[in-house]
Amino acid sequence: MPKDHGIGASIKRREDVRFLTGAGNYTDDINIRCQAYVYFLRSDVAHGKLNKVDTSAASKMPGVVRIFTGADFAAVGGIPCGWQVTDRHGEPMKEPAHPVLAQGKVRHVGDPIAAVVADTLEQARDAAEAIELDIQELPAVVNMKAAVQSGSALVHDDIGTNLCYDWGFVEENKAAVDEAIKNAAHVTTLELVNNRLVANPMEPRVCVGDYSRATDDHTLYTTSQNPHVIRLLMGAFVLGIPEHKLRVVAPDVGGGFGTKIFHYAEEAFCTFAAKACNRPVKWTASRSEAFMSDAHGRDHVTKIELALDKDNNFTAIRTETYANMGAYLSTFAPSVPTWLHGTLMAGNYRTPLIYVNVKAVFTNTVPVDAYRGAGRPEATYQIERVVDKAARELGVDPIALRRQNFIKPDQYPYQTPVAVAYDTGNYDATMDKLIEIADLAGFEKRKKASAAKGLLRGLGVNCYIEACGIAPSNLVGQLGARAGLYESATVRVNATGGIVVMTGSHSHGQGHETAFPQVISEMLGIDESMIEIVHGDTSKVPMGMGTYGSRSLAVGGSAMVRATEKILRKAKKIAAHLMEASDGDIEVKDGRFHVAGTDKSVAWGDVTLAAYVPHNYPLEDIEPGLEETAFYDPSNFTYPAGAYACEVELDPETGRVTIERFAAADDFGNVVNPMIVAGQVHGGIAQGVGQALMEGAVYDDNGQLLTGSYMDYAMPRATDVPFYQVDHSCVTPCTHNPLGVKGCGEAGAIGSPPAVVNAVLDALNSGGIKIDHIDMPVSPSRVWAAIQKAKA
Amino acid sequence: MKVTMTVNGASRSGEVEGRTLLVNFLRDTLHLTGTHVGCDTSQCGACVVHVNGQAVKSCTMLAAEADGAEIKTVEGMANGDGSLSTIQQAFQDHHGLQCGFCTPGMVMSTAALLKENPKPTEAEVRHYLEGNICRCTGYHNIVKAVMAASGQDVSTIAAE
Ligand code: FES
Ligand code: FES
Repeated sequence: MPKDHGIGASIKRREDVRFLTGAGNYTDDINIRCQAYVYFLRSDVAHGKLNKVDTSAASKMPGVVRIFTGADFAAVGGIPCGWQVTDRHGEPMKEPAHPVLAQGKVRHVGDPIAAVVADTLEQARDAAEAIELDIQELPAVVNMKAAVQSGSALVHDDIGTNLCYDWGFVEENKAAVDEAIKNAAHVTTLELVNNRLVANPMEPRVCVGDYSRATDDHTLYTTSQNPHVIRLLMGAFVLGIPEHKLRVVAPDVGGGFGTKIFHYAEEAFCTFAAKACNRPVKWTASRSEAFMSDAHGRDHVTKIELALDKDNNFTAIRTETYANMGAYLSTFAPSVPTWLHGTLMAGNYRTPLIYVNVKAVFTNTVPVDAYRGAGRPEATYQIERVVDKAARELGVDPIALRRQNFIKPDQYPYQTPVAVAYDTGNYDATMDKLIEIADLAGFEKRKKASAAKGLLRGLGVNCYIEACGIAPSNLVGQLGARAGLYESATVRVNATGGIVVMTGSHSHGQGHETAFPQVISEMLGIDESMIEIVHGDTSKVPMGMGTYGSRSLAVGGSAMVRATEKILRKAKKIAAHLMEASDGDIEVKDGRFHVAGTDKSVAWGDVTLAAYVPHNYPLEDIEPGLEETAFYDPSNFTYPAGAYACEVELDPETGRVTIERFAAADDFGNVVNPMIVAGQVHGGIAQGVGQALMEGAVYDDNGQLLTGSYMDYAMPRATDVPFYQVDHSCVTPCTHNPLGVKGCGEAGAIGSPPAVVNAVLDALNSGGIKIDHIDMPVSPSRVWAAIQKAKA
Repeated sequence: MKVTMTVNGASRSGEVEGRTLLVNFLRDTLHLTGTHVGCDTSQCGACVVHVNGQAVKSCTMLAAEADGAEIKTVEGMANGDGSLSTIQQAFQDHHGLQCGFCTPGMVMSTAALLKENPKPTEAEVRHYLEGNICRCTGYHNIVKAVMAASGQDVSTIAAE
């Protein structure tokens, strides 16, 4: 019997009712009396000198409250970067200024030049058209490799280079890696592109700034995954507002996928302008604006070499990657190609020597930062593509080659050569499970059926590992993080027994309001309906680091467990007092406190009432009330892992690829709500399939964004994907957090792109068309062109 | 200019500009914020409502054009007693939504589909929903929910 409550139950989501009836409360649904609207005049050139921004005529247009330009922000801090990377030579990365509104220069299409605040959005837009601009266009820096050649135009003149950092990891291993590659029996080399993506949560970014002259309090409503982080970054670094004077609210948020982690200029603007104009100021991004102002993801160009000995054991990996930072450093941008990518280059394998070189480059494009998976998809894609290529070159079975090199279950904890130590895992188990659920035994039969239709069928299989539950603060501090990455939770028990949990984790689709109560219900034996989750408001939740890196349950959930443990300890003391027993003898079962070995018990509600009506209460020993807070800082990352399989059909006449089957066997450790976990994997797979087959943000040589709307940026639709087979029954619980959970939010997007591309190449090569690699997105035109080239 | 329309069974009117879109009239004037805006190229379907019984992307229609029309939005989809309708219930039962932003459009499109085609196949559901983008669910549970709402047995479809 599947469980119907507590940990492991597929409880239906309570938040669905409001979303299904139109009662959700997203940021754009918030309107404040007397609010004004801001329209940002954005650069339509990629790179240019701002000679003149003349707002005199525009200021006189109807409804205009005030027009702001870079000059208004000259004394205001720029948008800060939250992570400092140190380069191969021990030097800090280059960290150019990132003004709220452009100062002197525009650096990408979409860079905000001026902000018009008016009574209505239409008036603001009309007035923006009347602003006179004189921009002297400069050569655009677009191609990363050209950008670091001498003589290239400079995105930031003051730093004298377009190279943000040149990072080597592990630098001390470089010589040994070079040596191992030189002496290898076989080296497989692959050059590949991890295509630039736009996260595209369906809700565009929105913010509303509000200010109270009465109290000097600022409030910002914003579409954020981490309102406390915004409070910290914007308050401390940009506007100089202390935490107690700044409230940040992220209400219902319509998807994030990383791009709503970062602190954006529009947030600082609306907060600043609300005070300057003494009116609430609202900004709602159009989708076109989102394409040119949301941080993009991925955009790596990599060469990877895999060395093998004569028995096909992996002996070394060496990579060189160019990583696009865009025009400015977004909040976590420097960490993505380094600590979230280099540390995962061991993958699921025992490769003893690894060297990763990353050159981060400024270009005249939108800033690039974390997008679902962030660094880990880039690592996985390289490893799993090069292993597949090696198998083909060596004529061995790609699954067998992987298995041969797996870290084995008796090797945990496993210290990789790239700093991280995996606590637990079992990669053969997920591979076995994958083979079963993907029905690989039936593949040949399906291949024949495809062939009968004139289509090539291909199978792609791969593994992945990721580091989640971000992250141990002391470790990331050494690596350059400018924040702690703990989480906090306050559990407040009311007199009549109901519980409110204030968590710093933020839910924007993940279902925390349903899943978190399942954990407490399991611990206390009371019904989920008595437990409510509060999140997303810095005035209600004391502290929080938010949701990204699949961390909510592993870190935020652990904080909640710790706080609930404190509640239990105190409640037991109260129960013991009420029953004149010793608290060591109190057991909790089915929502009652029992004296072990007797038939004496008191109900949960008796204890909670006593805590607030302490007539008969151990006042000399404990305080009244029942509310506890805990901060949880993990001691390690968690390491979800698994195996994915994709089957494609490919039409050799047109190059069109369709996904026929997709299976994912994941080890997420313990699972609280299997229905929600499956949904997370489904969504991740669709994003990975999107990356592999159709998505791609493209700039031309002038830095114009050619894919600036859903007309030309292909989003996966219902017809592009099949039903998926997903499984998470292979469980090696995380060894270091109290729930034994690992995180499931990003796996699908990490594991799926190589499966798709491997399947395409299998279809081609097994069909007699010899092709080593096709870059993502593997579009019909690319496949067709590759086929023509192979035939030529 | 003044427009009047029947929205979820009640007569509603308001002042609009000639350029005001139906979706803005619904959201900003009538405060029916269940209908969402996800794009500016009529591609995403977050804004789908019913106009005289037809599914329409309300970002592609002027409020003035809807003068005198019969409009239904997601706020009008629940049963009379406030409980979830069959379609809404199927979306909850099968986890057909995550962030909820595409959901109103999905519900309205599904209602229109099932009126037209009461027992759609998987392929028909996917094809009909091509104009509704969801970034969260990977469509698996949406397609499942739509088929379940049509009374079909979805228990053999993979996963929880
Ligand atoms: S908002 Fe109407 S289709 Fe996107
Ligand atoms: S549920 Fe988030 S876009 Fe569909």
